[in-house]
Amino acid sequence: MQLESMYQEIILDHYRRPHHKGLQELYDVEVHHVNPTCGDEVTVRVRITADGAHVVDEISYDGLGCSISQASTSVMTDLVSGKPLEEALAVQQEFLTLMQSKGADIADTDIDEDLLEDAVAFVGVSRYPARIKCALLGWMAFKDAAAQAVAAKEQT
Amino acid sequence: MSTLLGLDVTRIKADFPILSRTVRDGRRLVYLDSGATSQKPVQVLDAERAFYTQHNAAVHRGAHQLAEEATDAYESARATIAAFIGAQPDEIVFTKNATEGINLVAYAMSNATTAGPESARFVVGPGDSIVVTEMEHHANLVPWQMLAQRTGATLRWLGLTDDGRLDLSNLDEVVDATTKMVAFVHQSNVLGTINPVETLVRRAREVGALVLVDACQSVPHQSTDVHAIGADFLVFSGHKMLGPLGIGVLWGRPELLAAMPPFLTGGSMIEVVHMEGSTFAAPPQRFEAGVPMAAQAVGLAAACDYLTSIGMDAVAAHEHELTGRAIEGLSALPGVRIIGPVTTEARGGAVSFVVDGIHPHDVGQVLDDRGVEVRVGHHCAWPLTRRYGVPATTRATFYLYNDAADVDALVDAVKAAQAFFGSA
Repeated sequence: MQLESMYQEIILDHYRRPHHKGLQELYDVEVHHVNPTCGDEVTVRVRITADGAHVVDEISYDGLGCSISQASTSVMTDLVSGKPLEEALAVQQEFLTLMQSKGADIADTDIDEDLLEDAVAFVGVSRYPARIKCALLGWMAFKDAAAQAVAAKEQT
Repeated sequence: MSTLLGLDVTRIKADFPILSRTVRDGRRLVYLDSGATSQKPVQVLDAERAFYTQHNAAVHRGAHQLAEEATDAYESARATIAAFIGAQPDEIVFTKNATEGINLVAYAMSNATTAGPESARFVVGPGDSIVVTEMEHHANLVPWQMLAQRTGATLRWLGLTDDGRLDLSNLDEVVDATTKMVAFVHQSNVLGTINPVETLVRRAREVGALVLVDACQSVPHQSTDVHAIGADFLVFSGHKMLGPLGIGVLWGRPELLAAMPPFLTGGSMIEVVHMEGSTFAAPPQRFEAGVPMAAQAVGLAAACDYLTSIGMDAVAAHEHELTGRAIEGLSALPGVRIIGPVTTEARGGAVSFVVDGIHPHDVGQVLDDRGVEVRVGHHCAWPLTRRYGVPATTRATFYLYNDAADVDALVDAVKAAQAFFGSA
């Protein structure tokens, strides 16, 4: 009964047919994040352009975990791919806010649905505190990778 | 159905108020996570409440009437809990939980390096080995890893067989003359396996090693006699056996406790204190620094009384039946594989399994949606799940308040998960 609201079709589709899965050779930074409470893990590779916009021009991942963590990572790669880093991180921040919404009706919040695109499907997860970390796994890995990639570009 | 298995589960359930609540929009609560923590009967809650409403004071301090009554309640609880495992009261040390009990021994062993000659037999260092098994809960693994790291000793372990048992084929090589401590779980919290204590203790004795048994999953579920087990130390937690959170028990041989240096230090555990230094109280007080958890001890004693009134053999037989039913029901489902022994021989009521094509988190979510509360993940035994090549498992654990309907609800819910994710 509650299950359908959590496992929306978009989530199950991404779980069964993930996007950007399989680590690619073009990358600046690779990060590996784990969820120590359940053992889920994800490796994310990111490359950004050297210009000031730092466009995410390559992203790939590999991982092991539940449908929520894996589908969420797949959706994340779609949403940040090709975006200047500032925009990509704004989506990341919005997704974090969505996960912290405790199942509130999006209409009652300041959450920007347009910004989140497919990621809005994860709204049901925010009602289950134990699963929020699953949904955030890939997103936090991306944030970490992005910060490292910027630091690396600025050093060179 | 409720008396089919020898226990009057309907009557038992009535003692546990939480079991009559509903979850997830009115679903009957099917609590199958007692391996993580058990629910508490009113008898335990009432005992704790009576301590606070009638006798509360800091124990082993003060000479007023309440202090006397509180101390008496605390020490009477110690006697009850000791009797429950066939021990004497002064062999029982109260700790925060079983994890602290294991750390107490591990830290006492490293403290022995700088203590007097009476502690010599606890000293470990380079050239010595500490032996554990690959099925340990992190609580009985990480403290020994750290002890090895602090002292230069080597950590070794016994591996596992594909059917979920300890691999004893190289026992004599793993436990050898260098071994100073053999620490192992009595009943695995993941596999349900009951380990051959006698074999392990005998080998440890041959080489003069100490033995610590993690009995967190056995003391709550079967009759325990520490002298029959023959170990040197044994730990268990109160909250997994109907008792309150925040209390664990370390049992130790009295001559060993008497020779062992303290772990946590401070008030209550001293004999004489000067600015220049202190001497320590006899056990068990030596190992109980600070104002202790008297109400929890009283609650745990009430839990022991409750279990004794039902009979631990009856509890074990009941869980044996439920375990058999669960193994049978789950094994019959295509795509479901049990991680652990698939017979009920030398096995307790923890049944872990994986479902093809569905991650345990997702299995757990569907179960939870139907009110079936199980544990998913690596169950604080990550090396064990790695050994069996799975990222995690779904685990059901049974206790005296579960019945056949609970087991059937589990099996039905797993079927529902397969239907939902379209994997069967």
